[in-house]
Amino acid sequence: MTALADVVAFACLLAGAALCLTAGLGLVRFPDVLSRMHAGTKPQVLGVLLVMVGAAIRLDGWANAWMLLLVAAFQLLTAPVSAHLISRVAYRRRHVRRDLLLVDEFRGAGHQDVWYQGDEPKDAPPEEPGPVQPS
Amino acid sequence: MTVVGFALYALIGAGALLALVRLALGPSLLDRVVATDTLLVIISAGLAVYAALERSPTVVPVLVVVSLLAFVGSVSVARYIGGMLLRSRTGDGRDLGLPLAAEAQGEQP
Repeated sequence: MTALADVVAFACLLAGAALCLTAGLGLVRFPDVLSRMHAGTKPQVLGVLLVMVGAAIRLDGWANAWMLLLVAAFQLLTAPVSAHLISRVAYRRRHVRRDLLLVDEFRGAGHQDVWYQGDEPKDAPPEEPGPVQPS
Repeated sequence: MTVVGFALYALIGAGALLALVRLALGPSLLDRVVATDTLLVIISAGLAVYAALERSPTVVPVLVVVSLLAFVGSVSVARYIGGMLLRSRTGDGRDLGLPLAAEAQGEQP
């Protein structure tokens, strides 16, 4: 029984750690803020859940299990909030590679800054985007 | 056991190092915010892995603090970048993302 529980716990921990590695790879390789956030959110939800399940199995006590469950629930509640804030600011600040977007529902609706001074990246699209290319 | 522990620490350490690379390279402030958020999550995963390998529950309250800190930090820096807007296009601050109550107070003479 304990050997089986250890195997399940180590499988969960290994899957969570592999998700951490994929988050790092995606952060380095992806082109703009939104896709980097897409890569970085993998360990925030599934990775943390897997690691917490593995740690709760290994720690073997209800007090630790409740506290790890608290951490997992907190991650599930706060990850959408911070992702929403960051992506809204990124879209408004022209940090998004709009030539890579397939669907852009906010184009031309005044959701982007026209005048801008700040920390835009070097490959930011021009201030006034051109007409929509038919795809 | 030790082989699994080594593999776990190697995976998490490689992920943390790559997040640090993005934190150093990141062309804009928002990339660094995303990298910091991911780095704190990876750190909390590493603490949980340590607690699971050693069967020691002493670092479990630290996990709660680290996850709280990641949320508060990323949200506050994102709000700060949103407040760096210098010029309002519509004149009433609606494009700054101000809440409706603030706009209604601004419209009063």
